[in-house]
Formats: sequence, structure tokens, C-alpha cells
Amino acid sequence: MSEGKSRLQKLFESGAFVVTGEVGPPMGADAGHVYHAAEALSGIIDAANVTDNQTSILRMSSIAASLLVQQKGLEAVVQMTCRDRNRIAIQSDLLGAWALGLRNLLVLSGDHQSFGNDRHAKNVYDVDSVQLIKMLSDLQRDGVFYNGKKAKGVPEFFIGTTANPFADPEELQLIRLKKKIQAGAKFVQTQSIYDIDKFEEWMEKVRAWGLHQEAYIEAGVLVNKSLRSIEMTQKVPGMDIPDALVERMRNAEDPKEEGIRIVLELIERIKKIEGISGLHIMAVGWEEIVPVVVERAGLSPRPTIE
Amino acid sequence: MIIASQKPIEEIRETIKPYKKVLIAACGTCVTVCLAGGEKEAKELADLLSLSGDQEFRVVTPKRQCDSEFLEEFDKDVSWADAGLSLACGVGVQYLAERCTGKPIIPGLNTAFMGTNRDAGYWTEMCQGCGNCVLEKTGGVCPVARCSKSHFNGPCGGSSKGKCEVNDSIDCAWQLIYDRLKSLNQMERLFETIPPRDWSTSRDGGPRKIRRPDVAIEEVTE
Ligand code: SF4
Ligand code: SF4
Repeated sequence: MSEGKSRLQKLFESGAFVVTGEVGPPMGADAGHVYHAAEALSGIIDAANVTDNQTSILRMSSIAASLLVQQKGLEAVVQMTCRDRNRIAIQSDLLGAWALGLRNLLVLSGDHQSFGNDRHAKNVYDVDSVQLIKMLSDLQRDGVFYNGKKAKGVPEFFIGTTANPFADPEELQLIRLKKKIQAGAKFVQTQSIYDIDKFEEWMEKVRAWGLHQEAYIEAGVLVNKSLRSIEMTQKVPGMDIPDALVERMRNAEDPKEEGIRIVLELIERIKKIEGISGLHIMAVGWEEIVPVVVERAGLSPRPTIE
Repeated sequence: MIIASQKPIEEIRETIKPYKKVLIAACGTCVTVCLAGGEKEAKELADLLSLSGDQEFRVVTPKRQCDSEFLEEFDKDVSWADAGLSLACGVGVQYLAERCTGKPIIPGLNTAFMGTNRDAGYWTEMCQGCGNCVLEKTGGVCPVARCSKSHFNGPCGGSSKGKCEVNDSIDCAWQLIYDRLKSLNQMERLFETIPPRDWSTSRDGGPRKIRRPDVAIEEVTE
């Protein structure tokens, strides 16, 4: 049923170099904020992740905001973390998401709630991301929930997940990625890359394990606009930023331009790496720069697909 | 053992305020070992609380507050008091309360976790009593209690240099599991996908009990 496939999936399957981005829902119920962000990226990128209370900061739900994003003609990638909902709530929300016409899903563990503004919240983790991916792909395959009941209408999401090439222990992180792919993840977005040499080494291992042939791998990059922004990024769990890049931002006459240049240099290297199927661009708090980066990286116009 | 720490003195003063005669019940087992509610701590607390005025305190130290076998002395002493202040874990507090109709039993400790003593004055959590132990799969390191996200299939992306993303003072459980399975030559275990847990054996299934007909004195029917 190819008409059921998302644009993102079809693009990956066509062999195109895919470009995705992000829309962070607002800390409030303002639909206008989401519309605005979606309009700015519509036609510029192929699809946008709509984050699920990223870094544990309470925001509008990913599913609701994804629907708003799609109303503006930009395809959404719903995010679902394992932090806040048990298996009942996760699956129930995702059945609704599918019914609303959302087709892409990114499954992740979620940053621990101690990073956000609700440190006192209960920590759920009923299932982990490997288990959740498997639960959903088994449902897709058999039409039966993990609890054994038959589903009336089966969600057939294009399921993706994340990988962090810079986290420890390196070998175990790769094993976990393999498990996620075996469980049914069809695409993978990496943590933001700054240390490109290390990323190249990681991709060598990914290729040696054949993982790039089992899932589409998108390299993640983050555009920083100031020294403060790169310093803040350094504090995010699982980030690995070489000091040389921080120094470049510190010494730059025009930090914004320097931030763009750093990303463009990374993208040039990334494009040459065998086994990379696309780019995931993040620009937390500087979303308007994404069209500029896509343009200057020679990644526009985006391909059309029927 | 059960690890606990004493409540702030101001909080204790506040909760015992309405009572003239207070029996402080220490406990001779876990909380003695973790230096939170043994006889020594109970006597110190009694001295401290007596300083501020017109309340009277006595101390009793049953070997275990969670076991009726050791509570004869407590039962006698408590008749003197208006209230009891228990320095046992939450089990002891509740167990005493069940025996004292019409007399409040107040907790003097915050019961924290099941854990071990690592160093002088340093205790860490080891087990969450999930009711279905998986330690044979994870090299003897508990993923439920020791991974901040209770992950069963490997580390999250926040594991860095052996430490958990929550903070640097927490060892990442999955780093420990990895190191241990490697040293045991059991790396293949890491490739197994552990399916979603049955949490009904844990607190999620409601309060738990264990019945052993083989050791029961009378046959029980429910
Ligand atoms: S797996 Fe369960 S029973 Fe075993 S140590 Fe962990 S919490 Fe305790
Ligand atoms: S860093 Fe390690 S211990 Fe902490 S949540 Fe992630 S996997 Fe668990």
C-alpha cells in the first residue's frame, strides 16, 4: 500500500539525500507559534521532527503540534519518548496519531526529567525504546497488540530512532542500535555531530556491522549562533564538542556567520561518508537560519515525489 | 539492607508538638547499621529534643521493629507515652502503629532504599524489589534500580565516561553491566533483546504478599 507511505519514507526509498529539521512545540497552547515555524520550513526541508517535551521541558504535545505542522503542508515526524507514558498511554496516543494522518514516528528514550522544569515528576520507563519499537513493529506486522488483542485498524508508521555516536560505552551503543534496527527501526537520526573525525570512525563501524544497509542513517547537525549557544549545547547530555570549535566561536568577529560556516564544513564532510542517507538539521532558537543552511549547502530545491 | 536517614529536627519537633510524653523507638537492625535510627541516634535525639522544653522522652530499642517477637518491651513502655516516635524504616513505623490502637506512631526517618554501604557515610541503592530478578542476565548489576531510566536493552545516549546523564556522581548501570559481562566473557547476552517487563510482580501490581503453605502453621484460606 504505497499510498499509505509517508513522503519521508518514499524519499529515502528513492535514494534521495533527505533533509529533515525540527519544530519545537511552544511552552503553551499557542497554535500560531507552530504554524509560524511550519510555514518557515515548508518546502525547505522534507519533514520535521516535532519534539516530545524535549530535554524534559513541558510543552505542547508532539502529536497535536504534528497535526498543526501538517496543516501547513510540512510533513511531520511524531516523537515519542518512553519517559512520560506507560505502554497503555503510548500506544493509545499513537493509534490516535495514525488516525489523524500522521505517518512518521521517531522513538526515543527521552532525557531524564531532572533536566527540565518538572524535576519532581514521576519517571515512567515502563518500556525502553528497543521494546517500544518492537512492540509497534510487531503490531504492524501481525495486527495484534503486545497484550494479545487484535487491533481494529493497524498503525503502519515509518518508524525511526536515534543513535549517539559519541556516547559510551561505544561498542554497547552500537549493539543497542543494532537491537533497535532488528526491532524494526527503519531510519536513524544521530546526535548532533561536531567531532567529524570521530563520526567518520563511527560510521566505519556502522558499515562493518552492515547497519547502514538495514536502516537509513541521517547525520544530525546543530547550527549555533553564538558562543553562548555552543556552550549551552556542550551541557546537553551526550554532546561531544571539540574545544577547537568552541574557540572558533569565541574568536569569531561574526559568530553567526562562523556558526553557519562550521555547519557547512561539517555537511561537506558528511555528504562524502558512505552509508549516510540524509541530514537532520537542528537550530534550537534560531530556526530561521535553516533555509539559509539548506541553500548554502547546495541541498535546495528539495526533490518532489509522487 | 534498608537505608534511611533522619528527618530534619524541625520537622520532628513539629510532628511531636502535641504530645507531652514521647517514646522514641529505635530499631536494632538495618537503621542501626546505617546510623540513622539505632539506640545511639535515638538517645542523641532524645537529648536534643529535651533541650527545648516541657516534653518527656524515653528510649526503647527492640532488635527489630518489624517483628512481633521483639516488641514485648515496647508494648510495656508505650503505655506510659502519649505518642511513639519510631526511628525504624517505614515497615517498623507501620508495624508499631498496628499494635498501638488509639496512640499515634510518628516517623522519625525518611526510608530511602535497599542498598549497601560503600564507604564511611556513603550508601547506594541496589535493588528495587521488582519481584522478578534479572541479575543473571545483566552480570549482577540491577538495571531496574541502578539505571535512572530502568533500561533493559542497553544504555541511553546520555551515558558518558561511565557516568549517568542524571549526574556525574551516579555510575551508569549499563557501563557497569558492559564491563562485568565483558569480564565474564558473556558479551552475547548484550545482543539479546529483553522483552517488556511484567511489572505486576513489582509494586505496580498492587501491594504484594508472599504466602508459603509449606511453612504455614495453620492452613489459610482466602
Ligand atoms: S532485578 Fe529486581 S529483584 Fe533483581 S536486583 Fe533489580 S530490582 Fe532487585
Ligand atoms: S546514563 Fe546509563 S544509568 Fe543513566 S539513564 Fe542512561 S543508561 Fe541509565
